[in-house]
Amino acid sequence: MKIGVLVKNVPDTETKIKLTSDGTGIETQGVKFVMNPFDEYAVEAALQFKEKIKDDATVTVVSLGPDRVVETLRTALAMGADDAVHVWDDAFEGGDMLTNARILAKVIEKIGFDLILGGKQGIDYDAMQTCAAVAEHLGIPQVQIVIALELSEDKTALVARRRIEGGDEVVDIKLPAVVTCEKGLNEPRYASLPGIMKAKKKEIKKIGLADLDGLTADDVGSMGSTTKIVGYESLAQRPSCRMLEGEPAQQAADLVRALREESKVI
Amino acid sequence: MTNDILVFAEIRDGSFKKINAELISAGLNLAEKSGGAVNVAALGGDIDAAIEDARKYPIQKVYAVKNAVLANYSTQGFADALEAVVKQAEPAIVLFGATAMGKDLSARVAARLGAALLTDCTEVDLEDGSLKVKRPVFSGKVYANVVSTNDGIKMASVRPNIYPASDQGGDPAELVDVACDLSADNIGAMVTAIESTAAGRKDVTEAEIIVAGGRSLKSEENFKILEELADVLGASVGASRAAVDAGYAPHSQQVGQTGKVVNPKLYIACGISGAIQHLVGMRTSKVIVAINKDANAPIFQHADYGIEGDLFDVVPLLTEEFKKIVEG
Ligand SMILES: Cc1cc2nc3c(=O)[nH]c(=O)nc-3n(C[C@H](O)[C@H](O)[C@H](O)COP(=O)(O)OP(=O)(O)OC[C@H]3O[C@@H](n4cnc5c(N)ncnc54)[C@H](O)[C@@H]3O)c2cc1C
Ligand SMILES: Nc1ncnc2c1ncn2[C@@H]1O[C@H](COP(=O)(O)O)[C@@H](O)[C@H]1O
Repeated sequence: MKIGVLVKNVPDTETKIKLTSDGTGIETQGVKFVMNPFDEYAVEAALQFKEKIKDDATVTVVSLGPDRVVETLRTALAMGADDAVHVWDDAFEGGDMLTNARILAKVIEKIGFDLILGGKQGIDYDAMQTCAAVAEHLGIPQVQIVIALELSEDKTALVARRRIEGGDEVVDIKLPAVVTCEKGLNEPRYASLPGIMKAKKKEIKKIGLADLDGLTADDVGSMGSTTKIVGYESLAQRPSCRMLEGEPAQQAADLVRALREESKVI
Repeated sequence: MTNDILVFAEIRDGSFKKINAELISAGLNLAEKSGGAVNVAALGGDIDAAIEDARKYPIQKVYAVKNAVLANYSTQGFADALEAVVKQAEPAIVLFGATAMGKDLSARVAARLGAALLTDCTEVDLEDGSLKVKRPVFSGKVYANVVSTNDGIKMASVRPNIYPASDQGGDPAELVDVACDLSADNIGAMVTAIESTAAGRKDVTEAEIIVAGGRSLKSEENFKILEELADVLGASVGASRAAVDAGYAPHSQQVGQTGKVVNPKLYIACGISGAIQHLVGMRTSKVIVAINKDANAPIFQHADYGIEGDLFDVVPLLTEEFKKIVEG
């Protein structure tokens, strides 16, 4: 069984996002990039399947992005992935999610997988678009926001539990399929020291535009995109907090009055 | 292509969800600029009641695909049905709710139709024929202004609780049954069961009021005091990750970066410190109240009202005070 995992390299959750002085971009200087947290669940899920299936399973991690994504691929290798594929070409610069998905789908088609795992969403642009679009281009089913996943005995199907508003859906999935992972699915392992050493020496395969049949420079990057970010805005500052004074009973009564009479939310 | 706006209606358990009325009002704003009409796509199995509901809004047409294959949500089934509606209605713009269903379906259909797609918008506008939206990015740390750059169809998903729900009124909208061949055999991922988690309460993403608790609640049992307050207010209960990881509350209630992004009119944070990963999930709430015994807790920098105090004293007192109002 060949399992592919889509991993994205994103700014660390603690990062303070600073806008460039003209407000049209994000300052990337000094920003620490890490594996998208939701993709850690995907890598872990793939490794658990591999351990369960034993010898006839491989886990390949795929990331599209500039050179810094290699570090995220190495992290996944250190966790235990078998192979890594770095997808990049200068022509890919500035592509939106649906455009990147077109590229990733071509890469996946070229390698051939039985199961493709990804994260629920990238915590950079919070798009939740890439995996669904990949599944569409491949013409295979997708199930997103998954918190439990089981492989059938014959390895041709999965049962997933998917988180929706106010409940869970239980879904039967025929492979090949794309599944995206949500917190709660598992506890991602840390890379072991020997794993890290081994990962350093692993060769990472590179794939560029010329390797992908049927795609031209017009289909990818900013040229192929149908959306464009024109600027950023900081969140509006809230007026400073009004602290309620007095004994707890007084505070409670004053708060309720303020919510009713000033902000009129009650 | 027409100048019309198509609203994908989310129907769960046969009922027309509130987000749909919000999308209709967002759509009416857009339609005024585009010079088109707002229409609704209603897809599902047994959805006659939802269709009748949809027809009461100030829209022109309800395009319906009724088919037993659509009784439960499946990306493939719904994508085929929505594609059939789009082919017939030829909208300029399609709006979805930024919900589990709306986000899943919109990305699939946008990829199929080569549409521009903007997810999770808090503002949608039309400018020189382009869709122009505002959407929170980097887990809500900043907003991005994004435009569509294509000539063809454009799509956006809109966050719940941003646009006011449209009023009903006017003549009933015309009902158009759309033909669409669907077979369960072609659907590789099928829902076999739906298990409800938030017994009797709205999901936090849909709630107008949220009472949330953190690690300081110290046990699942103690979350009851938040539930009592929530009951009085008709609110939902939220939790910090620390509380969820400690097992005091289920993950379905977690607010924040690895939980849910919520957008209520009132968020009451009880014993939550205000870590950045929590803030990004609730920062757009209209009014934020913080109760914390540490006057220096970061949450106070993001709250409108603060009570420095012990939540175990304050919360039951608040419950009593709110009761007085509710009971008049
Ligand atoms: C990748 C990543 C993702 C994350 N995602 C999320 C997420 O989605 N959601 C989230 O919430 N966190 C998330 N976190 C965790 C976040 O960083 C914080 O650790 C967490 O929010 C803290 O929860 P807390 O406020 O309940 O606990 P604490 O930070 O421990 O704060 C407890 C607060 O309660 C106050 N307190 C204690 N006792 C009382 C009392 N009796 N009365 C009143 N006040 C009292 C204290 O003064 C303190 O301010 C994430 C972290 C990482 C690294
Ligand atoms: N550039 C990329 N390279 C590899 N995988 C990606 C990339 N972008 C998105 N993904 C995958 O798609 C998921 C959703 O991302 P997004 O659509 O950006 O929210 C991520 O969690 C990854 O699994």
